[in-house]
Amino acid sequence: MFDNFVIPDFLPAAPEIFLATMAMAILMIDLFIKDSRRTVTFVLAQATLVACAAIQVFTSTGEITYTFSNMFVDDMMADLLKLFVYMTMVIVLFYSRAYLFERPNMNKGEYYVLALFATLGMLVMISANNFVTVYVGLELLSLSLYAMVAMNRDSLASTEAAMKYFVLGALASGMLLYGMSMIYGATGTLEITELAEALYNGENNRTVLVFGLVFLVSGLAFKLGVVPFHMWIPDVYHGAPTPVTLLIGSAPKLAAFALVMRLLVSGLITLAQDWQQMLIILSVLSMAVGNLAAIAQTNLKRMLAYSAISHMGFMLLGIVTGVVSGDARYALNAYSSAMFYVIAYVLMTTCGFGVILMMSKAGFEADNLDDYKGLNKRSPWFAGVMLIVMFSMAGVPPFIGFFAKFSVLQAVVASGQIWLAIVAVVFSLIGAFYYLRVVKLMYFDAPQDDSVIVAPNHIRILLSANGLAVAALGLAPQVIMSLCAYALLRSL
Amino acid sequence: MLTLSLSHFLILGAILFAIAVVGIFLNRKNLIVLLMAIELMLLAVNMNFVAFSHFLGDLSGQVFVFFILAVAAAEAAIGLAILIVLFRNLKSIHVDDLGSLKG
Repeated sequence: MFDNFVIPDFLPAAPEIFLATMAMAILMIDLFIKDSRRTVTFVLAQATLVACAAIQVFTSTGEITYTFSNMFVDDMMADLLKLFVYMTMVIVLFYSRAYLFERPNMNKGEYYVLALFATLGMLVMISANNFVTVYVGLELLSLSLYAMVAMNRDSLASTEAAMKYFVLGALASGMLLYGMSMIYGATGTLEITELAEALYNGENNRTVLVFGLVFLVSGLAFKLGVVPFHMWIPDVYHGAPTPVTLLIGSAPKLAAFALVMRLLVSGLITLAQDWQQMLIILSVLSMAVGNLAAIAQTNLKRMLAYSAISHMGFMLLGIVTGVVSGDARYALNAYSSAMFYVIAYVLMTTCGFGVILMMSKAGFEADNLDDYKGLNKRSPWFAGVMLIVMFSMAGVPPFIGFFAKFSVLQAVVASGQIWLAIVAVVFSLIGAFYYLRVVKLMYFDAPQDDSVIVAPNHIRILLSANGLAVAALGLAPQVIMSLCAYALLRSL
Repeated sequence: MLTLSLSHFLILGAILFAIAVVGIFLNRKNLIVLLMAIELMLLAVNMNFVAFSHFLGDLSGQVFVFFILAVAAAEAAIGLAILIVLFRNLKSIHVDDLGSLKG
C-alpha cells in the first residue's frame, strides 16, 4: 500500500517549514523570559520574518512547482504575495511594540507567537492547491486571530468582539466547507488543478456545482468581509486592541485575495459566468453600504472598518471583469489590477493604523475622530502622513490609491461594463467625504489637548517611510503594477 | 429492505446544516447552544464528505473529514476559552447581552 510513497520535495515549502519551527521555538523561549525583557521575543519574531523573506527569495525558481502530492504550489504569484505578507507583518510588529509595551496586561509573548502562526496560516493559504490545504491554512489564520482579538482579557469590548468574530468566522468556515463538499461530490476531486481539468472536460452535475458554488462564494465573502457578510468587520475592528486591528486589517487581505484567486480563478474558471454575477452583486452592495455607513461613524477604527468593506468591494471589481462572455483576453489585466489594488490598500491601511497606534498612550486610545482635531498644530509631520493616507484612500491623485482605483476601473471599462464603472466612481466620490472630514479635523479644528506626541524614533522613521511610500509609489505606480502583471503571467 | 442511496445522506446532511444555521441565527438565549450549532454544522459537512467519498469510491474525502474533526476540536477549545473570558467580564452568557459594540 505504501509502495508508491515518495519523499516530497521540501524546498518549495522551505519558508513555511522554517516559520513553523521558529514559531514553536519562540513559544518555548518566551516562557523563560521576564516581562521586562519582552524585546527578545520581539527581535526573534522580526528576525524570523526577515529570514523567511530571504529564504523565499533564494528558493524561488520562478516556475510553477507542485509538491506534497500536489497539495502545495509555489509560483510567482505566491512568491510576490508572500514577500508582501512578510513586509507587512514586519511593519505591523514594529508599530505594535510600543503600544504593547505600555500596557502590562498585553505585553506578553503570545502576541508575537500568534502573529507568527497567523502568518504561517496566510502562507499556507497563498500556496494552497487542494481544498484540505486551503481549509487548514484558513483555520490556522482564523484561530490565531480569534485568540488575539480576546488578548485584552479584562476588556468587555475586546472579548465581545472576539466572540462575535469567532461565531461568524466559524459559520463562514462551515459555509465554505459545505460548498467544498458539494463541489467534491460533483467532480470527485479535492485538488484545485484537477478540479479545473474535470470541469473543463467532464460531464458534471451542474445543479450540484452551482449549489456548491453559492456556499463557497458566501464563505469567501465572509472572509473578505463584503456585504451582506460584513457584520463582523465593524465590531471586530472597533473592539479589538488596536495592534490586533492593524494585523487583521492588513496582511490577511493579501491571503484572502490569494484564496479568491486559487479557488475561483484557478479552480472554477469554467463557472466564471456564475460566480462573476454573484460577486458583482456583493461588490456593488459593499461599495454602497461601506461608503454610506462610514459617514455616520465617530470612531476612527470603525470608520476604517467600513472603509475596508468598501475597498474590498472595489477590489472584487477587478476579479469580476476577468472573463467577458467566455473571452478571457482581459483576464491578466483584470486580475493584476485587483492584485495591485489589494497591495496598495494594505500599504495604506498599515500606515493609517500606524498613526492611530502612535497617537495612543498608556490608558488612552486615540480612536475617536475628535482625538484628531488640530493634529496639524501638535505634529505637522504626522498630520501630513495621515493626510497622505486619507487622500490616497479617497483616490486623490497622485497617491497610490488613485492608481489602484484607476487600474481597476480601466479593467472594468475594458470589459464593457460601463455602468459598473460609473457606480464605482459615484460611491468613491461619496466615500471621499468621510476621508476628507478627517483632513478637515486635523487642519482646521482646534486641538482638544495640546500635549506633544511622544513616539520612539524607529516608529517615527518607519511611519514616515510608510507614508512616503504611499506617495512615492503613486508617482511610480508601474513598479508594483508590472510586478503584479509579471507574477500573474508566470502563474496562470 | 430499504437501501440507502447518496441522496438520503445528502438530505440528512442538508437538514443538519440547516438546523445548525437556524440555531446560530434564531438562538437568542445561550452562547453554549451557539457553539453546539457550530459543531453540528461541521458534522453535517463531514456527513456530506463521507457519503460522497463512499459513493465516488475516492478516499480523499474521508481524509478531509479527519482534518475537519481535528480543526473542530481546536475551534471548540478556542471558542470555550473566549466564552469563559467573556463570562468573566459580562457575568452572563445570554446572546442578547452582547451589545456594547454598536453602530
